[in-house]
Amino acid sequence: MTDEISPELFEHLVDLAAFAFDPEEAEYLRRELNNQLKAIHQLENVPLADDVPLASHGVTYTAESCTGLRADEWKPCENPDEILSQAPQVDHRYIIVPDIPHTKLD
Amino acid sequence: MALMELTAFETAQKVKTGERSAREVLEAALERIAAVDGRPGTLDYGELTDEDRAKVHAFITLTAEKAIEQAEAVDAKVKAGEEVGPLAGVPLSVKDIFTVKGTPSTAASRILANFTAPYTATAVRRLEAAGAINLGKVNLDEFTYGSSSESSAFQPSTRNPWDTDRVPGGSSGGSTASVAAGEAMLSLGTDTAGSIRQPAAFCGVVGLKPTYGRVSRYGLIAFGSSLDCPGPVAANVRDAALMLGAMAGADPHDSTAAKVPVPDYMASLEKGVKGMRIGLSPDYMRITFPDPETGDLVEQELPEEIKAATLHAAEVLAKMGAEIVEDVPIPNTAYGIPAYFVISRVEAASNLHRYDGVKYGYRTKSDYRDLKEMYRKTRAEGFGLQPKLRILMGMYVSAAQYAEQYYARALRIRSLIRSDFDAAFALEGEYRLDALLTPTTPTTAFKMADVFGDSVLMQYADQLTVPANHAGIPGISLPGGIASDGLPIGVQLLAPDFAEETLFQAGQAYETATADEEWRKIKPEVLR
Repeated sequence: MTDEISPELFEHLVDLAAFAFDPEEAEYLRRELNNQLKAIHQLENVPLADDVPLASHGVTYTAESCTGLRADEWKPCENPDEILSQAPQVDHRYIIVPDIPHTKLD
Repeated sequence: MALMELTAFETAQKVKTGERSAREVLEAALERIAAVDGRPGTLDYGELTDEDRAKVHAFITLTAEKAIEQAEAVDAKVKAGEEVGPLAGVPLSVKDIFTVKGTPSTAASRILANFTAPYTATAVRRLEAAGAINLGKVNLDEFTYGSSSESSAFQPSTRNPWDTDRVPGGSSGGSTASVAAGEAMLSLGTDTAGSIRQPAAFCGVVGLKPTYGRVSRYGLIAFGSSLDCPGPVAANVRDAALMLGAMAGADPHDSTAAKVPVPDYMASLEKGVKGMRIGLSPDYMRITFPDPETGDLVEQELPEEIKAATLHAAEVLAKMGAEIVEDVPIPNTAYGIPAYFVISRVEAASNLHRYDGVKYGYRTKSDYRDLKEMYRKTRAEGFGLQPKLRILMGMYVSAAQYAEQYYARALRIRSLIRSDFDAAFALEGEYRLDALLTPTTPTTAFKMADVFGDSVLMQYADQLTVPANHAGIPGISLPGGIASDGLPIGVQLLAPDFAEETLFQAGQAYETATADEEWRKIKPEVLR
């Protein structure tokens, strides 16, 4: 049986995920992905009636149990410098982002 | 009795009355840590020595100075006659997946190794406000991705106090090992597929996964946002109940933390199981494992000793007055892991895209031309293999062309898993269960390195715990015996949404009834 995730498809995923691997790592990860997909294919054995809904959570949220969203109000941050101090590169309290490559859209 | 032999409940009582000081208790905890823990997990760990192999290595960061300040503050309050909380002076460890202001919050990953949290998680804040003394951060699988704690970037990884050649389970392995070894009386863990209950079973302690939404996730570094549950690890049921009561409840910082009243768990703890209907399911007495040769999934019977421990628990509960209901069907249990492979990976991939070397955390030290190359190098160097594997799978199964086949199907099967439990617990249904009794794990703790690297086999360690995460219901793992390999066996009780009280009552009844059984007298290897 051919692997569902071929070396070419794997390279595509790696590019999308912004990763880089040496050949040994790539082989390990591709093998594990294909093994996991074997387990995932068990789900095809489950008969699913059309009315079975998608469950984004197990527990149902009701108006009574849901905390709800906070009001969209501006509040000053208590410790901006503490947060800025975590950034790898800061200049005059601005977080510095490296040059963004320009891609010509077709 | 040595201070670290006391329960958390007894300790708080003694501290409140002034019979013992929080500082004294803290010193006892620090002494125990010095005796059994060995060197803490670090990124640059070098070779493992024989001494390393004999220690527990629960901690990544010990915050002793902060703990001394907290203990002295508790003692000052007691001295001044002021009110102290229900956890006064109780030593607590915290899984390093929670943020604690001013301390490293690493998720056991190189990509967050230099991150100092600017705020404290709600669960930690509430436990500290209740008087708990925060000893520091304990180890885990990187970003919680694993069931053995071996995938941590901070090595030596945690080892099982019952046999240090064995894994403690995971991902809350540091939490359960620290409690089993008597380094902490309580620990805060998280459970996404069984990450509290499975290591609790492996380490012979009590671990509770609360109902999804019972405890705030604010300050929990996210893995599977629809599955993650913070929960207590303790040496006994009473302490777990005490801890949950101190941290549960709604939180304006987490809209999924439910506005459901938190009962007084301690008040109802001794109510017993008389009249409770407790179910047994044949679907939890069969297990599935990948064949080592072909990789095909093969159904097997549960190991005899684990099955016997579960049936023994049923007999004990029956003698205490519970009605045991047999043959309760939970037929979609077998699909818990395959559905989890999809749902958790999609959520993990989404959550891990934020680590990009721009706002916080690790950035590559090597040269880069532009943002894209910086991303690539940072993420390649910062993440270990297990997070990378989860990101890749999550992206694949949620891609536009595959999402219906994989992600949508898994979410619908999650509905089926939920409906199994709804039918078992329905008040007007055929079974009308108060709780379902099952084994916690398909095996006892496995040897270090035996399973690590095989991501499918590792995931199947959670096959008996993960259905509760899909369904959102609460579950507790209780020590249920010692197997012939000398390792603890766990038994699990599951209950309807927000019925943690039932789990504590049944757990307490079981614990009391088995208090004099021979296996309860056996201590972990590191304490003998």
